[in-house]
Amino acid sequence: MPDRAAPVLDVRDLRTVFRTRAGDIHAVNGVSFELRAGELLGVVGESGSGKSVTMMALLGLVPSPPAVVSGGPALFDGRDLLRLPEAELRRIRGARIGFVFQDPMTSLNPVFTVGFQIMEPLRRHLRLSRRAARARAAELLALVGIPDAARRLDDYPHQFSGGMRQRVMIAVALACDPQVLIADEPTTALDVTIQAQILELMAELRARLGMAVIWITHDLGVIAGIADRVMVMYGGQVIEHGPVEAVFARPTHPYTRALLATVPKVSGERSRRLQAIEGQPPILSAPPEACTFRDRCPHAFETCFRLNPQRYPLGEGHDAACLLADPGLAPWGRPEPRVAHG
Amino acid sequence: MADGAGLPPGEPVLSVRDLVMHFPIRRGLLRRRVGAVRAVDGVSFDILPGETLGLVGESGCGKSTVGRSVLRLYDITSGSIRLEGTEIGRMSQSRLRRLRPRMQMVFQDPMASLDPRMTVESIIREPLDEHTGLSAREKRERVAELMDAVGLNRRFAARYPHAFSGGQRQRIGIARALALNPRFVVCDEPIAALDVSIQAQVVNLLEDLQERFGLTYLFISHDLSMVRHIAGRVAVMYLGRIVESAPREALYADPLHPYTQALLSAVPEPDPALARSRRRIVLRGDVPSPANPPRGCNFSTRCPAVMPICREVDPLSQEVAPGRTVACHLHGPLAARTPNPVRETTRAPEAPSIPAGIPGDETPGQTPTRSVP
Repeated sequence: MPDRAAPVLDVRDLRTVFRTRAGDIHAVNGVSFELRAGELLGVVGESGSGKSVTMMALLGLVPSPPAVVSGGPALFDGRDLLRLPEAELRRIRGARIGFVFQDPMTSLNPVFTVGFQIMEPLRRHLRLSRRAARARAAELLALVGIPDAARRLDDYPHQFSGGMRQRVMIAVALACDPQVLIADEPTTALDVTIQAQILELMAELRARLGMAVIWITHDLGVIAGIADRVMVMYGGQVIEHGPVEAVFARPTHPYTRALLATVPKVSGERSRRLQAIEGQPPILSAPPEACTFRDRCPHAFETCFRLNPQRYPLGEGHDAACLLADPGLAPWGRPEPRVAHG
Repeated sequence: MADGAGLPPGEPVLSVRDLVMHFPIRRGLLRRRVGAVRAVDGVSFDILPGETLGLVGESGCGKSTVGRSVLRLYDITSGSIRLEGTEIGRMSQSRLRRLRPRMQMVFQDPMASLDPRMTVESIIREPLDEHTGLSAREKRERVAELMDAVGLNRRFAARYPHAFSGGQRQRIGIARALALNPRFVVCDEPIAALDVSIQAQVVNLLEDLQERFGLTYLFISHDLSMVRHIAGRVAVMYLGRIVESAPREALYADPLHPYTQALLSAVPEPDPALARSRRRIVLRGDVPSPANPPRGCNFSTRCPAVMPICREVDPLSQEVAPGRTVACHLHGPLAARTPNPVRETTRAPEAPSIPAGIPGDETPGQTPTRSVP
């Protein structure tokens, strides 16, 4: 899928600062990425890496104040999302860009029926009549694999299980045939067997509806299974990005490598001791002026403490923001790529 | 029973037999009992000294209830719990108090299990206040020792939990659990609330402490890959029962119960090449309510290999290899030892029909055929 299709979403240098009484927190520090039609972009990072704030900032969903969103443009269909008036943004949000959040219990309103909540965007954005909206809502529930869909429209969220509620959330997000779906840890709160159901459903829906998806998670395993491209975030920046095969086969940023090494597997060799990443992720009170991973990095050298590395291209659309990837600076320190076939 | 043959000398630290924990459902003005949530419904296992038993399963399967029951944080419905040979299943809470120092717990969410208004020092000291007659100075020394042991800077003893990160808070919880030199520690999802890069730190710490202090762990988790790392033996729970238990290598290399197979295949594989070639068994439907479990085998409503007998007869746990038990009609002498006879099934018990294409099913001598009644 990652061919030369035009990007549906083109984000440049997005920044977000939270100005709180306890001081500034620089959550997003110059994030740039593209999303092409029909592809699935995985966004990986730990809590505080800025992955969720990036997406919320795009959609105008970070409360401001305290947040200040700057940078850009973030072009969706040729228009800058960051500079659109709220009324216009509202026409895009939920209609042309759908989103699903982590916890289906808190994102569905407990006092309205599931049917009402799926019909709301249909009536609001597509101006469907009540009857048409209801018919479409039943279709959507069936699409996400809820048995006996038409009857279940009148049920309330608490009458659904966790996995079913997440399916309902996906149905709400898909209601208006969005071009882009942003899913923020949509399976994190679910059990693995239910997660497997949702992942299978997503693959099916993508094949059928051809939308582009941004899938945010901390689970590298999930990304390996579903993503075309992956973007690793740390300290509010993209520290590595590329086609999923390339990033997993030749992880270049020490953080990506550590992250891949730290996760135990259910198959293959079992390591005697887990490789831990010592230390804590940073909380940035100022825009980063040096590498944000330096204090935890086993390879850090003097320059890492003075310079915030740019994203160096590694070929095949793969790049990493690490001085080790700079061909001019550290030829000795560059990691040996694993031998690729052919 | 569980480990019959290959049991090394030495008594198990914990020995649990037929543990049942039902929570009553009460309704109406008179709070009349109208049913029960069968959270744990007949669970047996042993844990040997210095060993880690991993207890895995999905939310609601009863794994945490097992952990709390064996520490007698509940008054159990029935069953036997022996801690180092002492029966504690029916023991009164006042007598249990004297045994508390031997058995401790590390909780999932360190923010919820640490009092936000107590300093780190007073949190770790509390068990010493309750159970020992140490002097103030001795206690202070012991707290400092414990903070060193779990990798917390002793200079931070006067700080409050909110000043620490998630991983550090979990270290405080671990230090508190170790304060009284316990033999046996229940770790209930100790890393579930932590970030991936921090999880490894805490797991490494738990392993170091086990080696150093000769601890025995019951490690409760939904994370199958982490359990594979830390546990020597693994028990898989589904809807209040242990459906399979086995030494780690055997379980992960060759899971026997269809639920274990599905569970393992559902764990995302962090390698794109493998992930795409792997066959995933996707279970249909949701877990039934433990207040109203299905007839026959608990897993029969979602099992991809379900047979008619599964909807009738609850399979007994059978030892299929040394230290390896499975509760499934596909394994062991079919229904031979079940008390209630099978009705409405014309098939001879020794020749079960297995639906074709059950992934990973290697039952010898049985031809896969699908028969439609």
